[in-house]
Amino acid sequence: MRTVVVVFPGSNCDRDVAVALARCTGRAPGLVWHGATNLPACDLVVLPGGFSYGDYLRAGAIAAHSPIMRSVHEAAERGTAVLGICNGFQILTETGLLPGALVRNAGLRFVCRPVDLRVDGHTPFLAAFTPGERVRFPVAHMEGNYQADRETVARLEGDGRVALRYVDEAGRATEAANPNGSAAGIAAITNTSRRIFGLMPHPERVIGAELGGSDGYRFFTALADALA
Amino acid sequence: MKAIVHVVLKKDVLDPQGKAVESALRTLGFGEVSEVRQGKFFEITLDGSRDDARARLASMCEELLANPVIEDYRVSIPDA
Repeated sequence: MRTVVVVFPGSNCDRDVAVALARCTGRAPGLVWHGATNLPACDLVVLPGGFSYGDYLRAGAIAAHSPIMRSVHEAAERGTAVLGICNGFQILTETGLLPGALVRNAGLRFVCRPVDLRVDGHTPFLAAFTPGERVRFPVAHMEGNYQADRETVARLEGDGRVALRYVDEAGRATEAANPNGSAAGIAAITNTSRRIFGLMPHPERVIGAELGGSDGYRFFTALADALA
Repeated sequence: MKAIVHVVLKKDVLDPQGKAVESALRTLGFGEVSEVRQGKFFEITLDGSRDDARARLASMCEELLANPVIEDYRVSIPDA
């Protein structure tokens, strides 16, 4: 699988996800600077986590208008898979490739800890997991509170596009298990074609036992198989 | 000319920062405060006629300054 990681000024998980992609897909990704206008041919574009443009204005708002994003839109229209992790998810909502918005955590604190997630949607991005399965990825964000109007949330639910949900150890999406106040405990969503995927948690941070977990390794290896 | 743009979270979007400020004000003894909504304020200096500026400022808000999913905006061009 050929992958490209877009690097924005202020990205800080670009190297982590590059290491994860190299380890899990057997092929190092290309790194593309946000100011480039042409995206190299690839099967998957990754918008990494971090604080693009210092989160000025709104998280992801300035990056959403970077020169490279026009090319990302075109690739997405051609069916290239797009993955936005954390700040990448914020950029995908700001640029309109995914619905809704990510606002300040309800508790007003930066949340940085492992969370349990229930696999709810169907998409190549969840090829590693079975529906209803519980996986554990870390979150690290200040603006991870997913919000959208009632109709949008209902449509996401009805279409099975809520891909991951914050849950407790029993797999229930309770208020206590929700780290940021997201509507319906939403941690990840997909677009209608299921090929654009945004999530707040960081699968690239759990790609082996030495990092405290390997659910991320499963995530990326199965994704590579699904997109190959 | 100078234009003023206010951007605020829509009424039905929870504003945790506004809530925190609200409770801090009450703690300070301002018991009459019933609600605080926090937003953003832009002062934009631009050229052109007032009518053109209004349309252009609306586009600026739609495309960048506000996120229409969660925010409302208000533009005013005070008399110089």
